[in-house]
Amino acid sequence: MKNYISTLAASLLFVSAANAQVGEPFIHDPATLAYCEGKYYTFGTGGGGLVSEDGWTWHKGPNCNFQRGAAPDVLKIGDRYLVAYSATGGGLGGSHKGEVRTMWTKSFDPESPDYGYTDFNVVATSVDGEDCDAIDAGLLLDPTTGRLWCSYGTYFGNIRIVELDPDTGARLEGNEPVDIAIDCEATDLIYRGGWYYLLGTHGTCCDGPNSTYNIVVGRSRNVTGPYIDNMGRDMMKGGGKMVIAAHDRVTGPGHFGRTIIEDGVEIMTCHFEADFDRGGYSTLGIRPLLWKNDWPVAGKVFKEGVYEIESVRRGYAVELSVDFVRIETERRRFWGVDPEIAKKKIPEQKLEDVIAGWPKGDIIVRACDYMFRPNQKWTIKAAEDKGGYLGAPYYTIMIEGTERALAVGENDSIIAVEKYTGADEQLWRIEQLIDGTYRIMPKAQGETQKVLMSAGDSNLTLGVFNVNDDNVKWNLNLL
Amino acid sequence: MFRSIKLLLLFLLAATPLMAQEGSYAESIPARPPYFIPMVGESSTPDAEGFLRRWMILDPIHKDLRTNILFTDSYLRASFVDTLYFKDQFSLVMPKEGKKEKWGKEKLQWRAVESNGYNVQLLRYAELQLKVKYYGVLFFVATIVDAPEDMDVRLAIGSNSASMWWLNGEEALILSGDRRMVMDDGVSQIVKLKKGANILRGAIINGPGMSSYCVRMLDTKGEPVRNIAVRTK
Repeated sequence: MKNYISTLAASLLFVSAANAQVGEPFIHDPATLAYCEGKYYTFGTGGGGLVSEDGWTWHKGPNCNFQRGAAPDVLKIGDRYLVAYSATGGGLGGSHKGEVRTMWTKSFDPESPDYGYTDFNVVATSVDGEDCDAIDAGLLLDPTTGRLWCSYGTYFGNIRIVELDPDTGARLEGNEPVDIAIDCEATDLIYRGGWYYLLGTHGTCCDGPNSTYNIVVGRSRNVTGPYIDNMGRDMMKGGGKMVIAAHDRVTGPGHFGRTIIEDGVEIMTCHFEADFDRGGYSTLGIRPLLWKNDWPVAGKVFKEGVYEIESVRRGYAVELSVDFVRIETERRRFWGVDPEIAKKKIPEQKLEDVIAGWPKGDIIVRACDYMFRPNQKWTIKAAEDKGGYLGAPYYTIMIEGTERALAVGENDSIIAVEKYTGADEQLWRIEQLIDGTYRIMPKAQGETQKVLMSAGDSNLTLGVFNVNDDNVKWNLNLL
Repeated sequence: MFRSIKLLLLFLLAATPLMAQEGSYAESIPARPPYFIPMVGESSTPDAEGFLRRWMILDPIHKDLRTNILFTDSYLRASFVDTLYFKDQFSLVMPKEGKKEKWGKEKLQWRAVESNGYNVQLLRYAELQLKVKYYGVLFFVATIVDAPEDMDVRLAIGSNSASMWWLNGEEALILSGDRRMVMDDGVSQIVKLKKGANILRGAIINGPGMSSYCVRMLDTKGEPVRNIAVRTK
C-alpha cells in the first residue's frame, strides 16, 4: 500500500514534456540528418556539428572543413553523401556576396576508411547589389525524375533554385536560377504525393529568447514553383503556412530538415534559437512531422503524464484484464429528476477501491470500453538511462499509482508485469505518426520489428507496422 | 541568417576562411529588373491584384538603426507621431512633387514614383535612384486615392520593416516588430473611402536588410478593390 501511494503521489506531480534529445545538442542551422555507418550526423553554421548513436543522446561531432561555412545541408545519393554549404560575405547589413558549394564524402566518421571530401563545386553565387544572398542551401533529389535541385538565399532578395548534376553535384551547364520565394531563409525542398514543398525560415534570427524565427511552407506541382500557401499567396509575395513556431520553452525554430523513418513515420529537424532549459543556447530540435490535408505540420514532444491508450481500430481502451468493479449508486428513473441530487458529484473509482482484487503476478492486457477506471489509466514516463531513438527516450507505461508495467510476454502477448525491472520488454518507443496517431513499439525486438497491435477489438498482440492498418495505431489521450 | 550584430560578429570571426573573395562590385552585378518605371498619364489604376503602384516618397530620413528588433508599437508612435521631422508632416494636403522639407540641416524632397512590381522597393530606390544610404532609414510616403463613390474598404499592407498608415489623417494600421514584407500581412478595420480624393500616408522604418512595402485595398468580402485610381498630383 505504502509503495503504491508514494508512487501515486509522485505520478500526480508531473505532466511534463521530455526533451527531444539529451547530451550537448548545441547547434544552429542543422543540416538534414544523415545516417552513416550506424550513427546520426548533422552539421550547422560556424563549426557546429553533432553526432548520435541512437538519435536521442547527442554530442559534438567530428570537425569537417565545410563546417565553418553557413547553414549546410546533406543528402545521400547512392553510397555517397552530397554536402551543400556556403561561403558568406556576412549578410544582414554587411556584404551579400555569397557562394553555395557542394562536395562529396562516403563517410562522416574520420575513423572510417571511406572518410574524405572531394574538391568542392561552386553551384551558385551572388554579388553585392544583387537581389539575392547565395547562402543557406537546401537539397532535393526528385524521387519522380531523379533530378537534383538546390534552393538557396536569405531575406536579402529572392530565394532561388538551381538544378545540379546528381552524379557530380555540380550545376547543370546552362541552368539558370529561378526565383521562388522572398522573405525567408534557410530553405529546404521536399516532395510528397505529387507536391513539391518549399520550407523557409521566417521571423527574426539570432536574438535568443526574443527570436521570432519560425518555419513556413508553400507548395507547388512544379519544383520550380510557383510555391503557394494555404491562402493562395505566392511565396514570391511573402506567403507561407506555419509549420512550427515557439512552444514549450523553446523559441525560434529554423532550418527545416525532413527524415522519413519509414512509410508513415517521419520527423523534422530544426534548431531552436533559445532553449529555456539549456541556458538559452541554440539547440537541435527533433519533432514528429505530421501531414494534415497534405500540409506538413510539426508534432510536439511527447509529454509524460497519465493517459488513456485508445485503439484507433475500435476506440477501446487498453486495460488490465481484471474484474470490472461496479460503482454502486442508487437506481433512479430517467424522469422526475431531483434538483438537489443533480447538484451532487459522485466520486470516480479509485485505485485503492479495486487493487486488492487484482491478481498477483503477470496480468494479461486487453482492450475494452473506456470507463476511466484505474485499470485503464496508464502513467507514461521517460525511462532513465535506458537510451532512446530519434527525438525521444524509451518510456515506461505503468498503471497509474503502481509499478505494474506494460510488457511483452511470450508469443507476442501483451502483459503487465507486477513490478517494473527495467527489462527491454518493459520499455516502449512511442512515435507520433504522420496522421497524428501513435505507434507503440517495444525496445525488445526479435528478427522482425513489431509494434503494439489490436488483435480483434478486445485483445492485443505484437504485429508488423503498416501505416494503412488501424490495428497498429493508437490515440494517447492525456487525462 | 543573421539579424543580430553580436552573433554576426561572432560568426564572421568563425567563418572568415570561407568568406567569398572580394571582387569587382560594379562589373559583377547581373542585370537587374527595373524597380521603377516612367509614369504614364495623370493617374494609375491598381494592378490585377489591387496593388497601388504610384506613390510620392520623401527622401529618407537617416537614423542610427543597427537592428530591426526595437520597433515596438511605442517606438513607432514615438518615431512617427510624437516626433516632428518637418513642418507639414501631419498635413492633410498632398505634398507636391519636388516640394522640399527641411529636416535639421538637410533638405528632403518629395518625388513621385511608379513601381514596376506590386511592391515598392525602398532599398533599391534609395540605393539606385537617390544614391544615398539605404540602411537605417525612415521613409514617409503618400498617394491620392480617387474613389468613384463612398466605399467601405480595408487597407491590406505588408512592409519591411515596421510601418504605420493613415487614411485621410486617421490612423488605420500599424505593423510593429521586425517585419518582413508579406502581402496582406496587416489588414485594417473597415475604413471609409469617400467619393473623390483620399490621402493615404505611410511611414516605413528599417535598420539593416531589405526594405519594401506593398499596399492594396480589399472590399468587405475580401476582394481587391480595383475601381479606384491613384495619383500623386
